[in-house]
Amino acid sequence: MPTREETTRAVALLERKAATKRGTRRFVVFIVFLAVLALAYTGYKAFGEAVDDAQTEWAVVGRILPRTDDLTMPPIVDIITEFGEPPQRNSGKPLVAFIAEASLFTLREAALGFFLGMLLGLGFAIVMLRSRWLERGISPYLVASQTVPLVAIAPIIVIWGSKSMGWLPFDWQPWMSVSIIATYLTFFPIAMNGIKGFQSADPASMELMRSYAAGRRQTLIKLQFPAALPYLFTAFKLAATVSIVGAIVGEISGGVRGGLGRLILDYASRYTTGPSRLYASVIGAAVLGIIAVGLVTIVEYLVVSRRQQGRTVS
Amino acid sequence: MTGHIQGSAAGGVAASAAVEISDLSKVFNHGKPNEVHALDGIGLSIETGSFVSLIGPSGCGKSTLLRLIGALTAPTDGTVLVNGKSADQARLDRDYGMAFQTSGLFGWRTVTQNIELPLQLMGWNKLDRKNRAAEMLELIKLPEFGDHYPHELSGGMQQRVAIGRALSFQPSLLLMDEPFGALDEMTREHMQTEVLDIWKKTGKTVVFVTHSIPEAVFLSNRVIVMSPRPGRIAADIEIDLGARTFDTRESQRFFELITQVREVLRFDEDSR
Repeated sequence: MPTREETTRAVALLERKAATKRGTRRFVVFIVFLAVLALAYTGYKAFGEAVDDAQTEWAVVGRILPRTDDLTMPPIVDIITEFGEPPQRNSGKPLVAFIAEASLFTLREAALGFFLGMLLGLGFAIVMLRSRWLERGISPYLVASQTVPLVAIAPIIVIWGSKSMGWLPFDWQPWMSVSIIATYLTFFPIAMNGIKGFQSADPASMELMRSYAAGRRQTLIKLQFPAALPYLFTAFKLAATVSIVGAIVGEISGGVRGGLGRLILDYASRYTTGPSRLYASVIGAAVLGIIAVGLVTIVEYLVVSRRQQGRTVS
Repeated sequence: MTGHIQGSAAGGVAASAAVEISDLSKVFNHGKPNEVHALDGIGLSIETGSFVSLIGPSGCGKSTLLRLIGALTAPTDGTVLVNGKSADQARLDRDYGMAFQTSGLFGWRTVTQNIELPLQLMGWNKLDRKNRAAEMLELIKLPEFGDHYPHELSGGMQQRVAIGRALSFQPSLLLMDEPFGALDEMTREHMQTEVLDIWKKTGKTVVFVTHSIPEAVFLSNRVIVMSPRPGRIAADIEIDLGARTFDTRESQRFFELITQVREVLRFDEDSR
């Protein structure tokens, strides 16, 4: 008979093996998916070139679907090699270095926006939790706030930031205004999922807390917050992606230099001289989004893994 | 001698009563078309240290009565006194330990952390909490399971942890609402013996809601049989089985008492 510790250790080992296997499988699926995507792109391009060369009457390609010439759809090989090329003749560094620097700049904006959005979102959720009345009163305005086009308010926020943040103990930087724009997008999913999550605590557990004469704050910390973690991490992942989107859009419409938004705008305006540069910088933005979600997932794993589903057992 | 002492206690009324209920009514959705009279004119006195079961068909208000005693809901009319004070004051004084059909353990806390939860809320220090949790694990006979998470335990074990948690801060009253309802028959009988053992060791007053007649008879000194629509007390049956042993469940008297309870429930069914 194995002892309890031996059994526990054996189970842990099996679980770790299974997790590794899952991870490997996921990676393989990801690579296959990328390959299929690249194949579809190249295939369509080859098809389009073939029918265009044949001077077909119907000419779907180029009219309804995008043109297949190298300006509209640069070959994948070109896009990949572009990362290694310097973006201008006189710049020493390759494009990938420019993208990485811009990504870091944007990531900083997004991260600050994410954390402010988290505080704001959780704050709203906790306030709404206080009463049905507050929830009904506040939530329509939260929803309405998200229907305002971001490109419209972004310049306003940048102007406000530069004119009226003098009372702060530090110098207000233009990138901080971009963070505020990201906050505007991130707080919403966190507030909405937060309130759902806090309310998801098992009613029997809520009564139990009541029977212990636990206060509102104790109930929130000991029961409702842990019960909300699965909901919150879903929201955090959403918020991580929209914080990047918010930062990029904020940079573009607010005219803030240094980040991916500006880089994309620059390469878009000089598209004809190097279409692959724009494609490469868009791929850079996508990778940044994946990294942001990946960071949240790592934190989730550290926080939730042994706590299991974060639910009450019933 | 014993009879004399009980007699004088009854004369002093509330002095030795853990729970004193008079003229208690509960109406849900009062004044609306879907109004339900869950309880009507309940009067009941529960002696300190006794084990009282509430039994009846579903909808008879037995759970509502338990919730009123535990101040989880407010009465429409009448009063509930617990240890001589209002039910809500008793709740604030942490006089209740509760266990429900769902164990309600927190999945993100280990067994020990679950048992320590009420103590943590009450501001106990780490060492005291640890010592009490160890005592409780001993009491519920799960001393090696302190570091396990609830989902790693069987249903019966989870229920025992819930009882340990309910008793950890030594409340004077233990309120249980069908705590073994989700367990299989074998585990259930085993848990009944365990609960009686815990009751004997701790001397708590227990109010126990069940829909199982043998369970009520086996556990209690007193079975309150309730009838539905509106919830009323149909019978108050004294259980004189003496010390419970393995043979109790097969004794003549056990079956007689079960029959007695069943008759009340059946008569009640026929008269409607």
